[in-house]
This record gives sequence, structure tokens and C-alpha cells, in this order.
Amino acid sequence: MAKGGFREAKGDLRIEDVTKSFGDFTAVDDLTLVVPRGSFFALLGPSGCGKTTTLRMVAGLEQPTRGRILIGDTDLTGSRPYERPVNTVFQSYALFPHLTVRDNVAFGPKRRGEKDAQRLADEALNLVQLPHLASRKPTQLSGGQQQRVAVARALVNRPEVLLLDEPLGALDLKLRRQMQVELKRIQTEVGLTFIHVTHDQEEAMTMADTVAVMNLGRIEQMGPPAQMYDLPSTAFVANFVGQSNLGQGRITGRDGDFVVVDVNGSTVKIPSARCAVTSGEVLFGIRPEKVHLARSSDIDAAIRDRKVAFGDDMRATVLDVSFIGVATQYLVRVPSGATWSVYEQNLDVDPIDLKPGDPVWLEWDPAHAFGVAADGTPIPGITPAPGQDAP
Amino acid sequence: MSALAHVGSASAAPTPGAADETAKRGRFLPYLLLLPGGLWLIIFFVVPLVQLFTVSLQSRFPEYPGYYYRDVNVKNYWSALTEFAPHFGRSLLFAGLATFFAFCLAYPLAYAMAFKAGRWRGLMMICVIAPFFTSFILRTIAWRQILADEGPIARIANALHLLPNGHITETWIAVVAGLTYNFLPFMVLPIYASLERADPRVIEAGGDLYANGFTTFRTVTLPMSMPGVLAGTLLTFIPAAGDYVNAELLGSDRSTKMVGNVIESQFFKVPDGYPTAAALSFTLMALILGMVFLYARKFGTEDLL
Repeated sequence: MAKGGFREAKGDLRIEDVTKSFGDFTAVDDLTLVVPRGSFFALLGPSGCGKTTTLRMVAGLEQPTRGRILIGDTDLTGSRPYERPVNTVFQSYALFPHLTVRDNVAFGPKRRGEKDAQRLADEALNLVQLPHLASRKPTQLSGGQQQRVAVARALVNRPEVLLLDEPLGALDLKLRRQMQVELKRIQTEVGLTFIHVTHDQEEAMTMADTVAVMNLGRIEQMGPPAQMYDLPSTAFVANFVGQSNLGQGRITGRDGDFVVVDVNGSTVKIPSARCAVTSGEVLFGIRPEKVHLARSSDIDAAIRDRKVAFGDDMRATVLDVSFIGVATQYLVRVPSGATWSVYEQNLDVDPIDLKPGDPVWLEWDPAHAFGVAADGTPIPGITPAPGQDAP
Repeated sequence: MSALAHVGSASAAPTPGAADETAKRGRFLPYLLLLPGGLWLIIFFVVPLVQLFTVSLQSRFPEYPGYYYRDVNVKNYWSALTEFAPHFGRSLLFAGLATFFAFCLAYPLAYAMAFKAGRWRGLMMICVIAPFFTSFILRTIAWRQILADEGPIARIANALHLLPNGHITETWIAVVAGLTYNFLPFMVLPIYASLERADPRVIEAGGDLYANGFTTFRTVTLPMSMPGVLAGTLLTFIPAAGDYVNAELLGSDRSTKMVGNVIESQFFKVPDGYPTAAALSFTLMALILGMVFLYARKFGTEDLL
């Protein structure tokens, strides 16, 4: 017991049928997941979705109620945190306040009986570009520096799996962007398995090879970020990963490779391969940047021609215009009463002459549309507003 | 200092008249606020201290007992120290033992309160503080009953032949027990505060970085609670070293007297004892100050203190 049985284990991280309950509350519900060795994996979800609990179970800080956690073929279920080849970068950094930066980083190697713990610590500090602060105390560092020390302290042990629990949550936007790139660089350099827990979809997509979106203790969808953004498989993912314009509809027929959907009187098409349901109720979705605006007053033959090129259209009324710089975001009201958003890239220097209240036509290429099951998790009002993607 | 510097720069503002006025008020305000506390300290601490110091150097008229003249009689110190050296030794020893036992009792208690108590935490806190609602003297007298020869503790100890002379009262054990009991809350509260403030994630980080439960405690939890331990040991040791009530009520007439008892008897009971009492008080103060200084230098780093 006093020696602590450290377990060597190499391979993919495997979470098998894991459930974790706290009293009546099920934080993680029958979760099965394989994280390939050496990949950068993001667990994305709103607060309370079970992502941090999953992480803590991998670290050994919580024990699953049911199920197994393995690295390679070694079953780690039930083992203590100090027995696992897993290290955590905590959200609050959790640096030891009474130790210098170097001693903080050397803590792990010392416990494992490494003879040159100090040299390893210095190497790890080099990796996070903080060798000059080695003899400071954590309280003398800025948030970003503390964060790097926390990363160094975990990395120095060359764990089989490195867990990052919202490590960038406390940093300001600019520093966060910088650290995202930095963490990705470090991960590529050391080639370890990184599991990154975050509620920031942009952060998850920027850094991870694979993103798993969690909701209510289950994984909603898992895959490479671009694929997940392009084709969300549930309404929750459509709203949580980026923004989506959604419309409740009903499948009325087929047209070649497309299914035809009636959304509040507007007829739209979804590629069959991109539609999760084959008949009945469906939630039609299209990403804001895939939608284009056309002024209603200009609906003459020329615009009609272009519209044909675009494919589908729908009438709408402008609610709000916000100039962002690279793009202009329009909020429009569609016939169903829902609010959609449209991003128009500012490719020209044309003045923006649309005002709230102006009637417009929305146009898009039906190849970009997607359909998800209409039942399932309730989505807030089917009216995605800006900022709703990061609660 | 910084307030003054700040105010100084403000006086260079573009509207000189108004700024000067505010600057003047601002300059004197900190001193004005210091005044009541400062006066209090001067009248009730500095003046009596100087008075005590002069008394400790007085000489008495040999032919008029009870009368003294102003002098620089360092012999007072020498005679007091040689005569009462054992009492000094006992004071420091008993206070040290009481501090040690109080630490041994308080740390697990504070640890349990901070990490394990859950909803019982409030109740435990009340239990720690509740004794303060009763008089210190009464509680100490109550210990005479607890430790009395007919009491359960003495009986069990006697049955096991642990007591050489058959008593607990009137021995150093009773005095140290009393001191430990009386100053225990002063040890518990600072340790509890420092443990409660510690981020549980930092302690988890110890486990995450390959330290087992005991190693995590030794290398993370205990060092993190050192500010509380330091405060607790000082708050226990300093009053315990000067205490005389426990030795008076629980100790014997001779073998357990502490410096506090000597000062008390020299001052109130022994004719011509004033200079000796004053010299002993001063020596005790200097001794404790010196020890505290060394202790804080050794165990308290600047950011912990």
C-alpha cells in the first residue's frame, strides 16, 4: 500500500459501458468510447452533461458505478489515481502553492523515484517556454503562465493519457487562442493521447482530431470536427456545434437523390444521404453561412435566374443587421415564426442597405441542407440566436 | 506610505485650489484614523510597559520595607533568574507539551471538520467554540473533578498502575492537560481555516501525480496548512507559557509552579516583590518574543505568514 502499485499500461483508452450515478442523478449513462492512442480527443458538451465526470473517472478521482475503464488491455477500474499512467491538467490549475514552479513540475517524477527529476522538470518547462520562471512560486505567475506550468507538471510524467479539464476556461480570449495553438503543438510534439474537456465548441473544433458531443450523460455524436459541423446527426448537435437554422417540417416525397420537405408551406429539399429520417416529421437544418439574402424588390428575371442556380428559397423579413467586419450577420424572421441567422461575407465594399422590416428572399443550395429527427432533445425554441451555442 | 505618495501626485492636478484642499484632507486622514487606536496603545500598553520596566530596575530601602527608589539595579534580573530558573523551564516545557498535544488533537479534528464532516461541520464548529460561553476558571475547576482520585480516569490509570503516586491532580500531567484543554480551540480554528481554504483539487493533484494518501498528506496537505499550524501553535504557546491559572488550580504547591504563579505571588503576596515580579515579567516577554521570532523565521515563509 505504501509503495503504491503503479501500473504500466499502453494502448488505446477504452471506456466500456460506464455509468456513474450520484444518488438519483445519473451523470454518465452507459458510455462506451474508444480513444485511439496518440490522438487529440475533445469531449464537448454543456455544463452538467457528464464530461468532467467522465474525465475524473479516467483519472481515478471518481469510480464508475458500473462498467470498465481500460488502457490497452490493462483494466484500471477500481485503481487509485496514483496507480494510473494518467495525469490531469485541472481547470483551476491546482498548482501546489508552497512549492516553486520547478518543484511543482518535479513532483510527479520524484514520487515515481526518478533520479533526475529536476532535469526532467527543466525540460518540461522548456517545452512550455517557461524555463526563466522555474524558481518562482505559483502565486507570482499570471493565469496563462500558471496554466503552462500545470501542463508541464502533467506532461513531465509522459502519461499514457493526458486529461485536460477545461484548461483554458479562465484565460481571456486572446490568450486562449494562443494556448489552443500551443497545446496542439505540444501534443503533436510529444505524441501522447490528449483528452480535452470543454464546453467551447470552437475550442474543441480548433484543437481536436475527434470531437465527441455529450449531452445528458450520453454521447450524441462523435467524429472529426469538419464532418460533425457539416452533418450534425441530432438537433442538439446541430445547435451546440456552431449555429443552425432549423425548421420543423414533414417529408412529402422524393425527388431523385433528395427528399422533399414541407416547412410551414415552403417546399425545401434535403439530400437523402444527409437526412436522418425517411418519412414523417423531420427537422430541416441549414447553416447560417450557407444561406444567402436576396432583396425582395429585386425579384426580377435576373434574380430569378440566380435563384434557380442556388436551388431552394424562402421568404423572410429582416429583424436585425449586425456588421461584424469580415461578415455581416442578419437575423431574419421566416414564415414559421422562427428566427434564422444569415452570414454574408463582406466581399465587396457595398454599403449595407437592408434595414429591419425589409422583406427578403433566403436562398441556399439544397446540397447543404440536412435533416435530423424532430423528436429527441428539445432545442431551445428552434430559434438559434447568437451566443446560444456556448451556454 | 503608498497613500501619501498617491495623494502627493494628486496635488499636481490641473485645478490647484480644490486639489490642494483635498490633498491636505487626504494627507491627514490616515493619521486621524490611526489616532484612537494609537492613543489606546500608548496609554494602555506603552506607558505601563515603561512603568513596568522602571519598576524592574528599582532598588528598595533596606530600612523601610515596601519602599523603593528609582535605580538601574540589574541585580533584580540576575536574582530573579537564578532563583526562579526552574519555573521558567517549567513554563516553557509545559507550554511546549500543551502545544504539542493540542496540535495532535486539533489537526485530525480540523481535518475531519474541513474534509469529512459534511453536514455535521456546523455542529462540530459549535462544539469547538461552545466552551467559550463558560468561564475559563469554572472549566478549569471542572477538570479537578474529571481528574480527581475518585474519578474514572484516575481509577483506570491506577488500576493499570500507571501513576507512581496515585494522583493525577497536583501533578504536571494535570497542568499540561488543563493547558492543552484550555487552548485547544486556538489551535483548531486556524488549522481548520487554512485547511478549509485549500482547494480540494490541489490535494487531488497530489494523488494524480503518483503520491499515495499518506505522501499526499505529507507533501501537499500538511505544507498547505502550515500557515494555520503556525498561527495555532503561536496562539497556544504564548498564552500557555504565561498562564498561571492551570498550575494554580490543577497543580501542586511546589513541583508544578510556573513563572506566572511566581509573578502573581511576588506581586500580590511577597513583601518587596515588585521589582522581582517586574523583572520576571520582562524576561518572560523577551524570551517569548525571541522564540516566536526564531520560530516564525524557521517555519513561516513570507507568503505564508
